[in-house]
Amino acid sequence: MSADVTKVDQAGEPVGGAASGTTPPTPSGPPVGGAASRREGGIAGFLNGPVGRNAGLVLALVLLVIVGIITAGDRFASPENALTILRLGSVIGVVSVGMTFVISGGGIDLSVGAIVALSSVWATTVATQTMAANYHWIVMVIAALVVGAVCGLVNGVLIAYGRMAPFIATLAMLAAARGLAEIIAKRRTQIIRDRGFIEFFGGSVLGIPVLVIMFAIVAVVGWVLLNRTTFGRRTLAIGGNPEAARLAGIRVQRQTMYLYILLGVACGIAAVMIMARTTTGTSTHGTLYELDAIAAVVIGGTLLSGGRGTIVGTVLGVLIFTTLTNVFTLNNLDTSTQAVAKGAIIVAAVLLQQRVSRTRSG
Amino acid sequence: MSASLSRPTKRVAVLAIALSSALVAAGCTSNDPATTPAASTQQTGSDAVSDNDAPGKKVVIGFSGPAADHGWLAAVNKSAQDEAKKYSDIELKSAEGTNDASLQISQIETFINDKVDAIVLLPTDGAALTEVATKAMQAGIPVINVDREFSSPFAARATVLGDNYGMGVSAGTYACKIVKDKNIANPVIAEIAGIDALPLTQDRSKGFADALKACNQTVDNRVAAEFTVESGEKQASNLLQAAPKIDVLWNHDDDQGVGVMAALDQANRHEMAFIGGAGSANAMRWIQEGKMEATVIYPPTQAADGIKLARLIAQGKGLSDLVQVEVPNRIVLNAPVVTKENVEQYLPLGFES
Repeated sequence: MSADVTKVDQAGEPVGGAASGTTPPTPSGPPVGGAASRREGGIAGFLNGPVGRNAGLVLALVLLVIVGIITAGDRFASPENALTILRLGSVIGVVSVGMTFVISGGGIDLSVGAIVALSSVWATTVATQTMAANYHWIVMVIAALVVGAVCGLVNGVLIAYGRMAPFIATLAMLAAARGLAEIIAKRRTQIIRDRGFIEFFGGSVLGIPVLVIMFAIVAVVGWVLLNRTTFGRRTLAIGGNPEAARLAGIRVQRQTMYLYILLGVACGIAAVMIMARTTTGTSTHGTLYELDAIAAVVIGGTLLSGGRGTIVGTVLGVLIFTTLTNVFTLNNLDTSTQAVAKGAIIVAAVLLQQRVSRTRSG
Repeated sequence: MSASLSRPTKRVAVLAIALSSALVAAGCTSNDPATTPAASTQQTGSDAVSDNDAPGKKVVIGFSGPAADHGWLAAVNKSAQDEAKKYSDIELKSAEGTNDASLQISQIETFINDKVDAIVLLPTDGAALTEVATKAMQAGIPVINVDREFSSPFAARATVLGDNYGMGVSAGTYACKIVKDKNIANPVIAEIAGIDALPLTQDRSKGFADALKACNQTVDNRVAAEFTVESGEKQASNLLQAAPKIDVLWNHDDDQGVGVMAALDQANRHEMAFIGGAGSANAMRWIQEGKMEATVIYPPTQAADGIKLARLIAQGKGLSDLVQVEVPNRIVLNAPVVTKENVEQYLPLGFES
């Protein structure tokens, strides 16, 4: 199993220096893992590019699209429907991009849904909304981002400096953040009165919904951060082998903390998006996001044990799940059938992905 | 600490604390919308002329309900508490709301040990609580079963039920009326259900389908949400893509309806007659504004009714408007349709989601 994994790493994405073993990465050094040297033109370049590396996922998505077109025709293939799929995928997409960093850094975060709920509630309290009415709706956005970042900071400090297992620390945050959200909102649905906020985030630019643009920006920034910066290389290094990363001069604890703050901010952004979508803030927002995000990240090809991460794969994972729900709804199939299909897709996508990677590297 | 303060300072401090707490209290009550329905039920409660409301023997009533993680359930718990407060002869022992059946069982066991005079129970799961309710009945404590029915008739002295099937029937009948009034030839009828695994959702859907059958219609598109705003928005967005034109849309639950409305606004699709369910204050305001056609009431006052019945049973009284001297075994509440015509009448009963 682990032998396979190493092969995948060397054939594809840049990986942590720890995974390649001999050369610990230096902050100024070249990208490790040989991705740069393999980025040539022609077919080889294409195969090693985003499409080739995620061939299994692209194939799954294409199959879904074909099924959609055959069964639902124009209703599926319309631009409005494509935008609906993207809009519905954008919230969980932003969370999943953040989750990609935490997982490739060797951690996990079960509290994302609860943080989204708490941020959305905090940003829509009477007090925050009154402030927003007096100044600008940006107050609500800042509130959501700050709450997300602080939750992430608490997670990060507990895990990095308190040496708690990520699973346990974020499980505690899951319970506490949702509980606090219920207390603040008194279990009510807080409706957003500010039309400016709704119109801005609910609107479109050149026909593309603002939410989709936000998701695109987050995905691109995430890709650059993970693949083209020392921050990204440090992340993969501590995920691959924290001890080797420490010996290479990386401050493992600080980097770990940063990753959780990053994910917290992503949750804050997602909270703003869900507020715009539903025109409310409530403690029931973000239910089971942790599972949806982890599923998208893992079928995307990010190693659950850390050391390898792919933003493109995560985005494809999110799109597969969102398209699946859409195709099922267009065909009037019930939620139980959808759940079974979701399980089957996870298994199929991961198997396909492994097969493709093995043939190319073997 | 306080000993070191001089007397005038202390007096000022006490005054300040008293003032600020009065302000806080005033703030709480004025912001609390749930006080409005309570006030109105007080008025309507005096319709029947009888001495049933006169203080009688002091009774201790144990109340246990599910966690109020949803606007409707919060309203259920609140109205039960408010109702109990109106009677000087009721001492209400209220257990913390929970969604854990085993915790709720232990709450009922505590009530039995405390020898309360009656128990009002809105079970998380009717079947799971049947055993312990039967035990209470055998111990001589009358149990009033609310909303979710026990699996045995020996487990309750009286049962108060909302009518989930009837809710579907009301919605379906109203949908038929719209189709007929507007003379739509091939109407597209869509349904956004709640959590599909729950019997109550299945009952509502069955009632809806049965009522539609009466006017030779069927549900063309159906999705199931999860009683949350977010799931309502998501399912509605996909549903709108599945059906490019909808004539009648029934959404089971007004809490998730906030999300459904957001999706309709986002897609700018208001061509359909949008019917809600449960009867939240939001939905009733939409009906006033003309953004919603109607909503079907699923009364959040059931537990309050349960408390009143528990008091009557414990005091050995009957229902004053019935000739029979005992409280009936089974009361199924009506599921009326609220429209623009009668919304003023129902608005005070609407709960904030």
